[in-house]
Amino acid sequence: MFGLTAKNTRLLFLVIFLVAFAPFLMNPFPSDSAMAQFNAGYPDLMQRFVIFGIFAIGFNILFGLTGYLSFGHAAFLGVGSYAGVWMFKLLGMNVIPAIAASVLVAGLLSVVIGYICLRRSGIYFSILTLAFAQMMFALAASVLTPITGGETGLTLSLSDPRILGAAAVDGNIPVPSFFGLEMRSTYELVLGSWSFSFNTGYYFCAIIMVLAFYASIRIFQSPFGLMLRAIKTNQTRLNYTGLNSRPYTLAAFVISGMYAGLAGGLMVAMDPLAGAERMFWTASGEVVIMTILGGAGTMIGPVLGAGAIKYMENIVSKINKTILEQWFSFMPDGISDVFVTLVYPFIGKGWHLTLGVVFMLVIIFLPGGLVEGGQKIKGLFSRKKPETTPTDGAKTPAE
Amino acid sequence: MEAIVLQLLSGLDGGSAYALIALGLTLIFGTLGVVNFAHGALFMIGAFCTVTLQRILTLSHTVIDDTKTDFLGNPAKVQVPYIQDWFGEAASATIIDWSVPLAILFAIPVMLVIGIVMERGLIKHFYKRPHADQILVTFGLAIVLQEIIKYFFGANPIPAPAPDAFKGSFDFGQLLGFEANRIIYPYWRLVYFGFAALIITGVFAFLQFTTFGMVVRAGMADRETVGLLGIDIDKRFTMMFGLAAVVAGLAGVMYTPINSPNYHMGMDFLVISFVVVVVGGMGSLPGAVLAGFVLGILQSFASMREVIEFLPGINQVVIYLAAIVILLTRPRGLLGKRGVMED
Amino acid sequence: MSKSNFTRRGLIKTSAVAGGAALAAPRFFSPSWADGHAGYLNAPQGSTVTLGFNVPQSGPYADEGADELRAYELAVEHLNGGGDGGMMNTFSSKALQGNGILGKKVEYVTGDTQTKPDAARASAKSMIEKDGAIMITGGSSSGVAVAVQALCQEAGIIFMAGLTHSNDTTGKDKKANGFRHFFNSYMSGAALAPILGANYGTNRKAYHLTADYNWGYTTEEAVRTSTEAMGWETVAAVKTPLAQTDFKDYVAPVLQSGADVLVLNHYGGNMVNSLTSAVQFGLREAQANGQDFQIVVPLYSRLMAKGAGENVKGIFGSTNWHWSLTDEGSKAFVKSFGEKYGFPPSQAAHTTYVQTLLYADAAERAGTFNPCGIAEALEGFEFDGMGNGPTLYRAEDHQCFKDVLVVKGKENPTSEFDLLEIVEVTPAAQVTYDASIFGGELGTCNPGA
Repeated sequence: MFGLTAKNTRLLFLVIFLVAFAPFLMNPFPSDSAMAQFNAGYPDLMQRFVIFGIFAIGFNILFGLTGYLSFGHAAFLGVGSYAGVWMFKLLGMNVIPAIAASVLVAGLLSVVIGYICLRRSGIYFSILTLAFAQMMFALAASVLTPITGGETGLTLSLSDPRILGAAAVDGNIPVPSFFGLEMRSTYELVLGSWSFSFNTGYYFCAIIMVLAFYASIRIFQSPFGLMLRAIKTNQTRLNYTGLNSRPYTLAAFVISGMYAGLAGGLMVAMDPLAGAERMFWTASGEVVIMTILGGAGTMIGPVLGAGAIKYMENIVSKINKTILEQWFSFMPDGISDVFVTLVYPFIGKGWHLTLGVVFMLVIIFLPGGLVEGGQKIKGLFSRKKPETTPTDGAKTPAE
Repeated sequence: MEAIVLQLLSGLDGGSAYALIALGLTLIFGTLGVVNFAHGALFMIGAFCTVTLQRILTLSHTVIDDTKTDFLGNPAKVQVPYIQDWFGEAASATIIDWSVPLAILFAIPVMLVIGIVMERGLIKHFYKRPHADQILVTFGLAIVLQEIIKYFFGANPIPAPAPDAFKGSFDFGQLLGFEANRIIYPYWRLVYFGFAALIITGVFAFLQFTTFGMVVRAGMADRETVGLLGIDIDKRFTMMFGLAAVVAGLAGVMYTPINSPNYHMGMDFLVISFVVVVVGGMGSLPGAVLAGFVLGILQSFASMREVIEFLPGINQVVIYLAAIVILLTRPRGLLGKRGVMED
Repeated sequence: MSKSNFTRRGLIKTSAVAGGAALAAPRFFSPSWADGHAGYLNAPQGSTVTLGFNVPQSGPYADEGADELRAYELAVEHLNGGGDGGMMNTFSSKALQGNGILGKKVEYVTGDTQTKPDAARASAKSMIEKDGAIMITGGSSSGVAVAVQALCQEAGIIFMAGLTHSNDTTGKDKKANGFRHFFNSYMSGAALAPILGANYGTNRKAYHLTADYNWGYTTEEAVRTSTEAMGWETVAAVKTPLAQTDFKDYVAPVLQSGADVLVLNHYGGNMVNSLTSAVQFGLREAQANGQDFQIVVPLYSRLMAKGAGENVKGIFGSTNWHWSLTDEGSKAFVKSFGEKYGFPPSQAAHTTYVQTLLYADAAERAGTFNPCGIAEALEGFEFDGMGNGPTLYRAEDHQCFKDVLVVKGKENPTSEFDLLEIVEVTPAAQVTYDASIFGGELGTCNPGA
């Protein structure tokens, strides 16, 4: 259906189902219960889930298919963000020009950087992309301050021209909108002690993410995708057949860069601010981690990985000692103290520790990422023997 | 002219720090074929060996001193180090003053054990896994290690000064016939430079002139054949990992008087040291050392006021710019071998 | 099944859902499901009110963030009537009763800014959208303060800035919903210059090393302007990368440049490392132009001074507040903080504690949590007893004007906390400037609903 294989159609519908009902799925606990701490169904985090999902899907087109590990991919997300904010500043608060500019600028930049970096392969390619991204970060945070806002980030101001829209509404900066539909507007649905938020911006991002996911499946299925896989398997042999693989890798690099730009554009459409630290090497590392954590080379893996990382960053980091003491308060004093002491290093300010531990466990025990974990669980419950060699390449993460 | 000599000195100093870290990384990559992103964390742990020793040396019991008051106006609690009770005030002060050099003795066994445990417990299982997995699992380990350090020592830098004997600067200007006080360089930084040179030479000599080194080099070239010859190469590789950990740790110990140690100092060095390794050429020990010094000197000159005024921001990007130029002109870095980490 | 068919089914489903929600008014940033009719966002429901404490818990400023968090917890305790009341007893306004704010018990949520504008905004958003926080406060960098302040303006929440020293926060990036108690670069320069002149003479040549980002720029500018006005010459000003850890390349040429004062426009880890390098290169003992070479650190933080160890001795700088102050407010605060945690509070802890009390007091006096009411109550508010002498929250830019401390690294510290000694308390009048000099517009207050 839609030009997809049956398996991929199922996958697409699964993704559509997940994003459409995310406001319910993410808020499983009543909002006045102790477990509400684990609810993730508020607009900002749901937006982040799908935006970073798009970023990771795009990264996976390059890394999962060709095996080229870019360690500077955040640069495209960063310039996409800057382009988007400049559109808001110059043109007006409609998100369409901003997102278009983000994709375009990121695409152009990735042509240039890709053309240079793809002359090398393996770790040399990785270091070249890292070097470009680090240079852009360093310059954006310092000497380019007039264009980028420096370390503070590029923000909107009341004195911006906004030639196609109002510079100010009631003395305040107008908010991003899609032809008048404000990105931040939210409907609240209250069912008993549960509450669910339906946010315009989230659904806007979600629709784009489903389209991006669909496009990615099409690329994976296409002859072009096959060619990219051939490059990953053995580029030398491919070259011996008289084929020039460079245009294919460059195309993959540019597509992947445009996905990153799209994610950057959506980020500013949800929250009009662009900062240099979006291009720092840790941000590039984060998308690598998301992709591999979820399962590199699989289609849904990167999306799951993005969700897992953002969940930890936003939920685990907010648990503080008081909340912890409430959780364990049902236990006798001595025992609850022991539990609080044991758990405390992993929550709140210790969320990086949790991230590191989870990450190591996944890499050690699930080389195929969360997707492999899912397959293993499925294997436990189904009578059929689990697939030992998934065709999507989950077992052979690229180098 | 004086300015140039001074920046050259500063560049050599910086280069030695890069070279030392890159050497340890290359040692592990060259022998075990593992890309170790936790190497920066080992450097950081080395630095915290100094802090730990300092803490041990100043382990104190509390004495209430009624003549003084603390910030709340209560009688002051004065911390008296146990070591002061045992050796007297003057001797204990000297011992504490020399805690950084003493920490070398402390760090060698600690780092060796950490290195061996790391190799046996984790790295061993990753020899056959793709490089991307190695990078990621060691990166995860680096995060875990630095968070553990942060949990115990906090996020703020902790001062670890050099012994008083090494305070002050050496006047190179006078030595070279310039005016006094124009080209001076701190003693401790010179010590660090000498230490780096010593370690680098030591590692090269070890690999070149000992039987152990010979076997390891043979193992680097062809692991299987060496194994067929009945040599337990695994054990030697474990020792190599321990050695690399000691090199990284000692670099960290000696670095503490230069920058007060904090938990993220390893990450700060990580990216730059990887650039150094790759620019030197993956798996090449001389390449890593050469690249360390080249980039250190370039960085130093790019930080000159005159250069920044001419090219704003160059000091921020010069290392990366140099890396790009070198990798585009020399496909496998300065001294890299064909086919290593190219796929 | 065709695609359009699916969409139609989807539409039916969503409209059914929307039908169920039709009674709820569309609201912006509305996390708490309870009520939206109070006329402003996140109006507290029931018997509690939630404040959002957004501080760095990871990254280089984590210890400063931890100290801010301690101060917030203390402030909440005092507001709810616990403890000894701290500064509530010395505060000139007596609106606070010790029964929470407007009779509602104060609760709080915490988050990690990571000292990154992006992460700080994400954390603040979750407090607003998920936890229903009515006010956001905290932070340990100007980049974060400016970013979160802009977010709060957009959302319609009051932002009480934590430690942020850049002129921009209440200068070009000021916002109607944002308030800052901490002092700024301009005040540091204005307070430091006379002391530097008195101690080092007016015939000096200064060499600036400046962290290459917004705060660095404004601080360099402020110190340059005020020292040049009294006759100093600026030999050079070199920008150093924010991520720099070893400053040898920048410190080495200083002696050759003909300068006799080095100004380190660095904060936090940068300051610790650059000062350590400068001392290693013998600048403190050096002679230049027939005078003793001097080093100046415009913004001191005691927590960071600790990291630099002995290197801070005798070096001048400025600070917002120090625990050794002997006014009643400071004494009360140091006492309750010290008794609870066992060590004296930092300036970051002080400013965040005061900000929380000021917010609570403004809500009491306004009789509402509506951001516009609170803004009105804070604008032009004059108070005393909070450790910095008589203070004005200026209406034009939402900046506090109060005395500034000029401090010096102590030669003979008596404890590990006793690192700085107060040299001069510069009166507020001397550091007051015209509100328009930094540009920017406040805009109008946004209640969010």
